[in-house]
Amino acid sequence: MRRVSSDRIIALAMLTPSVIAIAIFVYGFIGFTGFSSFTNWNSLVPDFSTVGWRNYERLFSAIPTDRFLLDLRNTVSFTILFLIACIVLGFLLAVLLDQRVKGEGIFRSIFLFPMAISFIVTGVVWRWLLNPGTVQTGSSGVNLLFEKIGLGFLRWGWFTDPTIWHIKPDTGLGQFLVGIGLDGIASPYFGVPVAIFSLVIAATWQMSGYTMAMFLAGLRGIPEELREAARVDGANEIQIYRHVIIPLLQPITLSAVIVLGHISLKIFDLVVSMTGPGPAFATDVPAFFMWDTTFRGNNFAQGAAIATILLVSVAVLIVPYLINTMRTEAEL
Amino acid sequence: MSRNMRWAIVLCLALIILSIVIACAPAPTPAPTAAPPTAAPKPVARGKLEMFSWWTAGGEADGLNAMYDIYKKTYPTVDIVNATVAGGAGTNAKAVLATRLSGGDPPDSFQLHAGLEVESYAPDKYLQPLDALYTSEGLDKAFPKDLLTLLKYQDHYWGMPVNIHRANVLWYNKKIFTDNNLQPPKTWDEFYKVADTLKAKNIVPLVIGTKEGWEAGHTFETVLIASLGADGYRGLWTGKTQWTDPKVTQALETYKKVMTYVNTDHSALTWDAAAQYLVDGKGAMHIMGDWTDGWFTSKKFTGYGWAPAPGTTGVFDALSDSFAATKGAKNQDNLMNWLKLAGSKAGQEAFNPKKGSICARTDCDPKLFNEYLQSAMKDWSSNAIVPSVAHGAAAVEKWATVYKDILNSFATKGDVAAAQKSLQQVCVDNKMCK
Repeated sequence: MRRVSSDRIIALAMLTPSVIAIAIFVYGFIGFTGFSSFTNWNSLVPDFSTVGWRNYERLFSAIPTDRFLLDLRNTVSFTILFLIACIVLGFLLAVLLDQRVKGEGIFRSIFLFPMAISFIVTGVVWRWLLNPGTVQTGSSGVNLLFEKIGLGFLRWGWFTDPTIWHIKPDTGLGQFLVGIGLDGIASPYFGVPVAIFSLVIAATWQMSGYTMAMFLAGLRGIPEELREAARVDGANEIQIYRHVIIPLLQPITLSAVIVLGHISLKIFDLVVSMTGPGPAFATDVPAFFMWDTTFRGNNFAQGAAIATILLVSVAVLIVPYLINTMRTEAEL
Repeated sequence: MSRNMRWAIVLCLALIILSIVIACAPAPTPAPTAAPPTAAPKPVARGKLEMFSWWTAGGEADGLNAMYDIYKKTYPTVDIVNATVAGGAGTNAKAVLATRLSGGDPPDSFQLHAGLEVESYAPDKYLQPLDALYTSEGLDKAFPKDLLTLLKYQDHYWGMPVNIHRANVLWYNKKIFTDNNLQPPKTWDEFYKVADTLKAKNIVPLVIGTKEGWEAGHTFETVLIASLGADGYRGLWTGKTQWTDPKVTQALETYKKVMTYVNTDHSALTWDAAAQYLVDGKGAMHIMGDWTDGWFTSKKFTGYGWAPAPGTTGVFDALSDSFAATKGAKNQDNLMNWLKLAGSKAGQEAFNPKKGSICARTDCDPKLFNEYLQSAMKDWSSNAIVPSVAHGAAAVEKWATVYKDILNSFATKGDVAAAQKSLQQVCVDNKMCK
């Protein structure tokens, strides 16, 4: 016998509006953007004739402009550096705070506060701090500080430095790559623009406190008995962290990677306020290019193609994690 | 499991409903075509005039208000509404404008760069041609001929230019030049000599800020003019000159060499932050449009001089702001009165001294303008006028955007062959070159 309880009906009635709203405003528009990316809508007048993959092909070709290829390089460099910096720094801070120091609450707040600031503010402040000054007129910001305390050799161009670190084709490794037909890897497209370090510094300053909070919660969740047991077995402190604590923190690390990873793939506000596209697009990112091409160039289909690529890249990161989480919950 | 199934069904249903809604959504209906608010044009104009201009601060806002004042005196019963979104050189406002135009709810008039930028607003669909107004107001005689050619797109006039700015101006710090016994360079060869002297004295020879992405393209277009001459440069945008021309190569080489004389922090600076070097006496020269004049004035800096950018004497690299009339404007009569005012001598004389630009007309009274602007007015009526690409006059927006991207890359990479190939390709993409 099927009986629909009134509870059920109320629950359904409560949920329906938000389900519909999400269906339209999230999934509907995702679908529309995806559809637009295959159209010829590259002016103010909507033109929904389909052009296949042409918008995508244009993004991935180097002539007339290789901006998107450089953006991909920048995003990958930024994501990797930002993740490593945040997780290492966040973990170290958490371990230090976990030593039951006096005034722990104050330190915790200090490390967490940057999180409360928006990326726009962070960007503006770090732009001032890292503005290098010029050779002719003297240093400014952090460079000036280095100069005053006798560390002048540390001065450099920060986010104005156009250098790209990459494997040079004339080195041993470069020649080996050319030899096996992978000469593409020995090019600036597979390099790390040094200007991106400035962005990484600013973003890490903002997000490492958050990572610390996650790790601290994780560390507090590890029962003292486990450490005791390890000590009884004769492990020293480093061994305890290496073999007991870090493995136990693995779910936290994964969460941190997911949260930070999707922030870094979508990063936009920090770049706008801090560096702009940078010298030869050394600090340009896909989100910035999407905004530029859509609202300055009126290339709506082209912008939609970039948005779609961004969505897919974030989905590749997040969907397996969500599936995994759901499966674990179902098992419980 | 059954529970999950049920939710899945609910979700599916929602999606189906959604797709039906989208499929059935009515196409954006065009606004009721020009239903005039008053039955017949009576002597007293009433109602509103909805403007869309991102001149909301500084001299440009003052100038616009001066024009509004004249309008309000003539038509006291008309209410002027400015529906703009402030900030970002109009980028934010343009996004909103695009939505309103395509959604069939246009403001009466909006601001755009005169020239081919109009293409990105799909004029045959969204704008009214203003040819009749040009004839009835005698504007085809009041504007210089070169400007009229530049204003035409698809054989019609689409905007009412209110002002003219010059892009190819070399600004310099007078004190630095007299102290070092130098003359502002007339050619790029002279520039190198002057720059070497200054470099030896630890002064930045040429300052530039490339943070916003258009400045490199702005400087390069003056180099292009120097290398190709006025006709050759104009031809680049109409397909008469090919971008593969050796003179373009030469321009790229010159530009590359020039970039070795600039401040090293240029990618961190906007144009005005770069101009600050001149104010502080740390930099000697700056190639920038003549809004710099107004900026210097606002900084109370008087020790500056000007000359045409090297190699461009006798050429006026122009850009102009204009007002367009939208199709389906709700206040047609008020709109036409506004455009008449914007094109008139009185309107332009009220607007331009405040904005720090010169009149598009050639008959404005020079006494109203400062010394720099007077010299610009002289050149405006005698020089060859060419359109600026960095500011929307020379090429359609799509082309100009990629042009700026290429130049931004080139400013640091300096790969002449690649840049030239790319410039030719974008010309081909826009169906001007073969």
